[in-house]
Amino acid sequence: MQRVGVFVCWCGSNIAATVDVERVADVLGREPGVVFATHYQYMCSQAGQELIQNAIHEYDLTGVVICSCSPRMHEVTFRKTCERAGLNPYMVEIANIREQCSWIHKDRESATEKAVILGRAAIAKVHLNAPLTSGSSPVKKRALVIGGGIAGIQTALDIAEAGFEVDIVEKKPTIGGKMTQIDKTFPTLDCAACILTPKMVDAAQNEKIHIYAYSEVTSVKGFVGNFRVTIRRKARYVDETKCTGCGLCTEKCPQKKIPNEFNLGLDNRRAIYIPFAQAVPKVATIDPAACTMLKTGKCGVCSKVCTAGAIDYRQKDTYVEAEYGAIVAATGFNPIKLDKFDEFAYSQSPDVVTSLELERLMNAAGPTGGTLLRPSDGTHPKTIVFVQCVGSRCDDAKGKPYCSKICCMYTAKHAMLCREKYPDTDVYVFYIDVRTPGKNFDEFYRRAVEEYGVHYIKGMVGKVVPENGKLKVQASDLLGGRQLHIDADLVVLAAAIEPDESARPLATMLTASMDTNDFFTEAHAKLRPVESPTAGVFLSGACQGPKDIPETVAQASAAAAKVIGLLSKDSLVCNPCTAKPNELMCNGCSSCEKVCPYGAITYLDKEFRGPNRTVLLRRVAQVNPAVCQGCGACTVACPSGAMDLQGFSNQQILAEVDAICR
Amino acid sequence: MMETIRRISGVNPRKCMKCGKCTASCPAYDEMDYHPHQFVDMVESDRIGELMQSRGIYLCLSCFACVERCPRSVEPAKLIEAVRLAVIRQQGMDHLTPDQIPEKLDPALPQQAITSAFRKYRK
Repeated sequence: MQRVGVFVCWCGSNIAATVDVERVADVLGREPGVVFATHYQYMCSQAGQELIQNAIHEYDLTGVVICSCSPRMHEVTFRKTCERAGLNPYMVEIANIREQCSWIHKDRESATEKAVILGRAAIAKVHLNAPLTSGSSPVKKRALVIGGGIAGIQTALDIAEAGFEVDIVEKKPTIGGKMTQIDKTFPTLDCAACILTPKMVDAAQNEKIHIYAYSEVTSVKGFVGNFRVTIRRKARYVDETKCTGCGLCTEKCPQKKIPNEFNLGLDNRRAIYIPFAQAVPKVATIDPAACTMLKTGKCGVCSKVCTAGAIDYRQKDTYVEAEYGAIVAATGFNPIKLDKFDEFAYSQSPDVVTSLELERLMNAAGPTGGTLLRPSDGTHPKTIVFVQCVGSRCDDAKGKPYCSKICCMYTAKHAMLCREKYPDTDVYVFYIDVRTPGKNFDEFYRRAVEEYGVHYIKGMVGKVVPENGKLKVQASDLLGGRQLHIDADLVVLAAAIEPDESARPLATMLTASMDTNDFFTEAHAKLRPVESPTAGVFLSGACQGPKDIPETVAQASAAAAKVIGLLSKDSLVCNPCTAKPNELMCNGCSSCEKVCPYGAITYLDKEFRGPNRTVLLRRVAQVNPAVCQGCGACTVACPSGAMDLQGFSNQQILAEVDAICR
Repeated sequence: MMETIRRISGVNPRKCMKCGKCTASCPAYDEMDYHPHQFVDMVESDRIGELMQSRGIYLCLSCFACVERCPRSVEPAKLIEAVRLAVIRQQGMDHLTPDQIPEKLDPALPQQAITSAFRKYRK
């Protein structure tokens, strides 16, 4: 029988206020096999850890039960404590009496009773624990960044700077992301392209960085340090190695009426196109849905004009398989669709635009050459109304429950730029709250009001009605106590932002968790903000939550630092809680092999001693402990109960259940 | 009283973020003494007596534009309706009986207005 020590933590008042810790220690001290039980204010503190170590020596403990917070918080801490006292770290069990008890209960009596029961279950388990030893697995010294916007580019540049190879996978024909579409950046108003395109070029020219543009990740296998990833390189119908980016084909293509996604459909492109002049890689791409040659086999103009002979109508998707030690998700965001907000007449008038569309209308490389003109008739708008929080801060059924964070600042920027370029315009901003926390942000917003004379009105627009070339805006002015009727020329909607639609399937491939809004969840909201709970997966940029460019770049570099920390290790300590087959019970059915997500299980024909000195050849399962991640899928799938998870055996789990039901 | 209004209407006025979209949408704005966002605020701060005295509760067209557009699904028109109901219940009398309808009929009057009138003036 084990000699068990029980240590009940108060966690200050977190546990002690709801649970009678003294009584828990007292009752658990009388459990079979328990030779020592005590309680202490902060078990994770230096003094608390010494208390545990002293008790291990003094009472010759072989097993330790800590009644404290979640094992996700301090299991590692307490395992190290016990290891330093000479105990095998896997002889420690945690009873979570904080998250699963004190924090969720109000009644002291029943909470105390529950804490005792949870402690009893842990004691029952520790009696069946066996010492385990960790192995190690090598680390593939290469990183994958999924998404080539400013987040992905910054992460890749920083990882490459540390000397590691890094691949960027970008689904669009060029890297650069949303920032390429933006005109100016707040709060300094420098041109987005001027600060982004040099970084795009740096990424392309860096010998440690390889860019897979117009490509997508189709499968991810493996685990931290050893991911195996398949990348689909979509057919561009243009040979990337031959195309010089001269753009002749994009001028001669007879298919002229294809909505240009780079300018958000505000103008047209050809069926063969280069998204914008500074695209990286600067290579043409044929849109297979629009190309006459690909659809009917008749045309071939681009191929005739291409002097480099780069056009290849028979190009097929190709697949690349590569191995990585770490993966960074940087899939970014999109503005939401506005079909649920038709009171703003977005679908009824071309002069109702989203803020991102306004960026294109004000950009020198945009459809109007940087002159702000109404999309409907090409005239200068004289009265411009900005509507904030369109789809943000909504009820779940109507929009997004969160604040999109960036809209207050970019709207202030837009309003300011409109007034600066065209002092004869009247600019109204309808706001619910103006949220401008950030360095030099509130000063920027105040400048829009005080120096540029933008009319900020606390209230909301109720409806927009297109009438005789004008947009009749009906709105409330809550502080002025009036209802306003404005004849506007242009209405700009600050649409909420949402994660890119590729994020959810990617999260499934990575087994990374997401919140209900499809933003990636971080391992700890405060202390591990750039790591996913899935080891080896890191988060960069708006895929983790709405954020502006300065914040995105900061997080991108933080994610790179975490990746560098991982890749600079030669090997990783493996989790010893791996599956182990009982060969005598295995019937060789392959069920476990089929469910194993890591490919850790193989089968071996092995000789066993039969009755009367005969030899039996049987097919039995073998687990590679360096690959097994201890998920337990095989233990559930095995029909004969031959597969068990070390540290979480069926016997141990049932002992816990028995203790709870006692 | 606040609890009664909340119970009748099923509306939680605390969900209101005071954006004013209801008031921006209201077609009867110019006629009303209190406006939709104020109704919500007055229920929340338990000033229901003033609301019950208000003429505005009868000027609400029950067009439900505020209900439709409220980003947080607060549903101000339902609160207004609940206050009207509270007035009727308190007085123990209705403002409209079915036999009064024929003399009020007008070919231009939409059916919906009659339904709405019953909702507004009769328990």
